[in-house]
Amino acid sequence: MLPTSIISMPAEREAKPSLRRLQVVWIALTLAALALFAADLQISAPSPGAVLKALAMGFARPDFAALENLRQALLLTLTVAFGGVAIGAVAGFAMALLWGWRAVRMLSLSLRSVHELIWALFIMTVTGPEPIAAVLALALSYSGIFAKVFGEILDEADPRPRDALPGRGMTLSGLIYARLVPSLPAFWSYFCYRIECGIRSSAVLGFVGLPTLGFELDTLFKQGRYDGAAAVLLLIYALILSQSLWLRRRLVPLYVLGALAYLASLSQGPVSAAGLWQLIGVDMVPAPLRGADPGAAGTWRAFGDWLWRLVSHEVLPGAWATVLVSYLAFVLCGIIALFAFPLIVPALAGRIGSGFGHVVLVILRSTPEYMLVFVGVQVFGPSMLPAVLALGLHNGAIIAHLIGREATRIVPGLRPDRPKGAGLYAYELVPRVSSGLIAYLFYRGEIILRESMILGILGIATLGFYVDSAIATLRFDRAAVLVVAMMLLTALVDWGSRALRRRLRVGAASTRPYC
Amino acid sequence: MEFRLNRRQLVGGLAAAAALAPLASRAAEVLRFSAIPDEDATKLMGRFTKVAEYLSDKLGVPVEFVPVKSYPAAVVAFRNDQIQLAWFGGLSGVQARLALPGSVAIAQGEEDARFVSYFIANKATGLTEGPDFPMAAKGRSFTFGAKTSTSGRLMPEYEIRRNTGVAPEEFFSRVGFSGDHTKTVELVQSGAYEIGAVNFTAYDDMVAKGQVDPAEVPVIWRTPAYPDYNFTLRGDADEKFGAGFTERLTTAILGMDDPEILGAFPRSRFIAASNADYQPIEEVARQLDLLD
Repeated sequence: MLPTSIISMPAEREAKPSLRRLQVVWIALTLAALALFAADLQISAPSPGAVLKALAMGFARPDFAALENLRQALLLTLTVAFGGVAIGAVAGFAMALLWGWRAVRMLSLSLRSVHELIWALFIMTVTGPEPIAAVLALALSYSGIFAKVFGEILDEADPRPRDALPGRGMTLSGLIYARLVPSLPAFWSYFCYRIECGIRSSAVLGFVGLPTLGFELDTLFKQGRYDGAAAVLLLIYALILSQSLWLRRRLVPLYVLGALAYLASLSQGPVSAAGLWQLIGVDMVPAPLRGADPGAAGTWRAFGDWLWRLVSHEVLPGAWATVLVSYLAFVLCGIIALFAFPLIVPALAGRIGSGFGHVVLVILRSTPEYMLVFVGVQVFGPSMLPAVLALGLHNGAIIAHLIGREATRIVPGLRPDRPKGAGLYAYELVPRVSSGLIAYLFYRGEIILRESMILGILGIATLGFYVDSAIATLRFDRAAVLVVAMMLLTALVDWGSRALRRRLRVGAASTRPYC
Repeated sequence: MEFRLNRRQLVGGLAAAAALAPLASRAAEVLRFSAIPDEDATKLMGRFTKVAEYLSDKLGVPVEFVPVKSYPAAVVAFRNDQIQLAWFGGLSGVQARLALPGSVAIAQGEEDARFVSYFIANKATGLTEGPDFPMAAKGRSFTFGAKTSTSGRLMPEYEIRRNTGVAPEEFFSRVGFSGDHTKTVELVQSGAYEIGAVNFTAYDDMVAKGQVDPAEVPVIWRTPAYPDYNFTLRGDADEKFGAGFTERLTTAILGMDDPEILGAFPRSRFIAASNADYQPIEEVARQLDLLD
């Protein structure tokens, strides 16, 4: 069951929520207009000719020979994706069994509210820049997501078999036969679906130094070797465009086993308990408390000062910048999704046109945002603008892809004398997909929040910027506080978006996460 | 509470790691070394594999190069004994030696004893090179390199504060972190940032290779000299690789004369170094709150 299949049809809707929905759209746009004033969107109009030309030349002549260990990087990217997603799914499954517990739901939210890149920064301090760090980072983030989705699938399971059992099925066998077994196809379906996200995440983990394709991509790109960077990017696009050929569901168990076996065979640098203790027992303990006497009043006063300094200098300004960038990107993302989804609907773009549309959307959604930001900063100069554009384009392309697929499925079921072209788009498709679009938008909002951390190059100090700085200066105690702030901010946004969704009557299930 | 949950997850994750990747004890002690990814990282493996072969030859110990992607990753890998020898920058070397007491700076490039940073500007600013700090750059946009780069961040920030009396964010209209020296030059070349601070060897190297036109991106100021890059070795190297290893390694590094190997750094030759050489860097880092 793909997430797109849970979109309500307009006929089932009453007029009232639809009106409210329109009101919310107006409020959102008004807020965006206000945010435009608050945000720093200055265009400094540099002359990017030379760099853009170099970029274009590179893409015109991709140099596959520039890759030192292409095969190894490709293999590790897939290994990390399958291994990380599989471990995440097992851990998420275990959490889903206890989904009724508030603590488990909190844990799931905490795990998924931190970007796998940030988990990787912490894990790497223990394991070194090894594939296992990428696997664990992916597994941590994804276990939170799997827990949520599996938990919801269990909640949605048909209650009748359970009710028919003696004692209302509140036994282990009742759990297994009445709830788990009937839910297995949905679990499996979501797991396979998530593999695709895993491949992209795995590639991107190379950006922080883990040996996947992102490592090569980032290195080549940073050095201005655009022909080589183009080669890696083309490889990533090809991997994603060709998945229907090789990512067969029946083969997935084979891939997972292969990945785990390969991971076990890799020689791994020393991972010591001492390294782990150093991180969580020493480095992550706030500096004023390290080795201090917990009974002394001075200790706690020093801790209070330390915490307040961090909150007032980094957490609050960082959260504000994060919210501002994310909100503008969120609105732009919605606008792009709305106008770009027809690109892949054959009834609107034509068969050939929709093929091109697919390629355009794959390029936009698979190009790491850092690169979009870099091109943006070359064209517009440094401000929040390149960040908003990059995050909006990237996430908008993802939603356009999902909504476009849904719209393509809807078209054959419409009445024979349906309008064509603009009429089909405006009167038939947009009303039918709008509910799904809003649902995805809320989910992507959460992701945009996580992703707004990658913007140091613009001199925009989001929470992620401060986490990165704290880790660069080896202050893991500060980094830990900032990560907790990230979790709280995500939880706040999650809570707000749930309240809003309830008002809009957009089903929670339809927000089933897409990467 | 959130904090405790993280810990629990990390412990769980590590348990999974232990289960997944049984640590094969290595037959011979391997000397693993790394270099901070400061510039031309594209051919890191190729460049430093030659250095590894040279050292292995001279020392009779297997030597392996481990590429890393960020400065802190190199420091932490050093502390955790995932690498034993590293080619650090001034600041990352200080961070590493503070994180692992007993470790020693054993060698530096001849250039590193008197390293400088260039302030470079986009031609359109009209700024030209002078002997004094370019006060006319006030109010323009400015980019550093990596956050803990000595030549791309630490010393330029120190000089900005010393000469202007204010923080970089106050003196310039906008302050970014390009991530590395090559990107700094590119951003200044396009005018995305008007001014940038860059490692002088990286800039000169780009000019020599024709990657940047010095007429488009002129140097407008050179900082006073300071100590920079260094080879730093763990203090327990002699126990691990045999008595006298530190000395033999130092001799091997100082004896490098193959232009191809020296070009990996790129340095003209290596000279001896000591921890004390980097005291000024440590002091500046404390002043700028980059060290506790």
